[in-house]
Amino acid sequence: MNVNAKPRFGVLSIFAILVAALWVFPVYWMFNSSFQSATDINSLTPKWLPFPGGSLNNYTAVLDPQTGFGNAFWMSIQVTVLSIVVCVVFAFLASLAISRFKFRGRKSFVIAIILVQMLPAEAMFIAQYKMIAGMDLLNSVLGVSIIYIATVIPFTAWMLRGFVAGIPADLEEAAMVDGCTRLGAFMRVTFPLLAPGLVASSVFALIQVWNEYALASVLLTQDAKETLPLWLAGFSEPSLSGPVPWGQVMAGSVLVAIPVMIFFLIVQGRMTQGMVGGAVKG
Amino acid sequence: MTTPAVAPSRLDDSPAPSKKPFSKRILPYLLITPAVIALLVGLGYPLVWQVLNSFREYGLAQQFGQAPPEFVGLANYTALLTDSHFWAVLGRSIVFMAVTAGATVILGVGMALLMKSVTNGARIFLQVAMLLAWAMPIVAQMTVWNWLIDSRNGLFNYVLSWIPGVDMLGHNWLVNPLSFFAVASVIITWASVPFVALSVYAALTQVSPEVREAASLDGATRWQMLRNITLPIIRPILVILVLLQMIWDLRVYAQIDLLQGFGSAGDQYDLLGTYIYSLGIGQGSFGMASAAAMLVMFFTIALSWFYVRELLKEDN
Repeated sequence: MNVNAKPRFGVLSIFAILVAALWVFPVYWMFNSSFQSATDINSLTPKWLPFPGGSLNNYTAVLDPQTGFGNAFWMSIQVTVLSIVVCVVFAFLASLAISRFKFRGRKSFVIAIILVQMLPAEAMFIAQYKMIAGMDLLNSVLGVSIIYIATVIPFTAWMLRGFVAGIPADLEEAAMVDGCTRLGAFMRVTFPLLAPGLVASSVFALIQVWNEYALASVLLTQDAKETLPLWLAGFSEPSLSGPVPWGQVMAGSVLVAIPVMIFFLIVQGRMTQGMVGGAVKG
Repeated sequence: MTTPAVAPSRLDDSPAPSKKPFSKRILPYLLITPAVIALLVGLGYPLVWQVLNSFREYGLAQQFGQAPPEFVGLANYTALLTDSHFWAVLGRSIVFMAVTAGATVILGVGMALLMKSVTNGARIFLQVAMLLAWAMPIVAQMTVWNWLIDSRNGLFNYVLSWIPGVDMLGHNWLVNPLSFFAVASVIITWASVPFVALSVYAALTQVSPEVREAASLDGATRWQMLRNITLPIIRPILVILVLLQMIWDLRVYAQIDLLQGFGSAGDQYDLLGTYIYSLGIGQGSFGMASAAAMLVMFFTIALSWFYVRELLKEDN
């Protein structure tokens, strides 16, 4: 029996494709419905394909300035960029400390990083709200980012720690023997090997921040300061003025989801590579 | 052998601390300082506030400064622990977590094994499907699923009605609490499986072909290889994934809150997250909400203590 033979296309492969189709179906349905007219959406027989009859009308309706989409988009961009940049830099430095150095307090720090991830964040909203209100930062990019950074750092640092640990310190030492300084060895040897890990960790942090809904709903109470998730939730809730405009809600969902999806597909190759870690085979 | 993604850290075997140069002794502290400050500001301070207020009478009167927050000892805790509604919500949350996290991990590992045993083309199909589902923002997931199960025009009821003798048209899946939580569990599982599947798959690619070949030469069956070679190698990452799923599913909030917003308001639809939220922000009993949050924290840590120990073991 050759266990390492290349798998052949068979029943399992067909099954895998069916599972893939099932899993991606809600995503397909979001796109499909976003192109359909209200008449098609509300008919009792669903349309499986957007065409014929599909249009971009739902998108133009959603992008109309009075829906508040553009405003929320800009708010989300600011919050995400600020949070991710700060979080990844801080978490990266911390991950270097815990995977490359032995120091007093290291164990306490590692335990803190693990325990912090178990704090039920939802239970701290009131305290966080009071703190941010006290700093006069409610309805501001900075206020919500302060909490996001603290929330995302532990997991990012923990994930990066795995990547740093996967690169043997011997490599750096070899470079130092060859005449590099410690920083030089780190920048030339370890850092390039870590790049995929940094990308994977940043993507993971980005998804958490871009998606965050609960804390934003507490700290960003003004309509003008909504991030995209808040905007979409408000847009899709049933109202007294009539049935939910599903076509427009799906168009809005596509617009919220698409930046993350594009980013995901661009880094996809590097991400699986990054998750595999171990750069040196031995 | 290759190193698994979440490998035990190799501490450099440099000489004892006293012989290290000053700069090397101080460097690790400089490296963790920014993260520590960020954590203290964003989480540390609110946590202390919460611990203090779990022992205080802190309601709307205190919120608006009409009465000072008074220490009441364990009164908030005893009030909660003698409240049958709290126990009902707690039990419900634990069952919800066990079902959802269990389903997620089992499906995720199955999916990873499937990726490993199919052709490249089929695997890429599966990976792209996983990535697309994983990339969906929570609120977009919820709006799409809510549309899929919409009582009148939703696709789900339409397809179910194909079954002879079944007419689900007009059925609202969010009215019956059990059905409400089943919907939430399915959505969360659907959204969480990709992370588990892709991480486990990455770990699986670390299983070296030589070891598998040696085992097969020694007459190991596929099942024995899975149990004795593959599982031990992916175990470290599995442990972390199970822990994370448990934590995330126990404190799930956004999906429940959004489903409630889509038309199922009422406390029989609460899990711990929404329960604490409505206690604190809804009813203004911040002291009680803080006490409930502390209990949740205690339960979470008790539940996952075993896994924390595993993580620390792995770290050493």
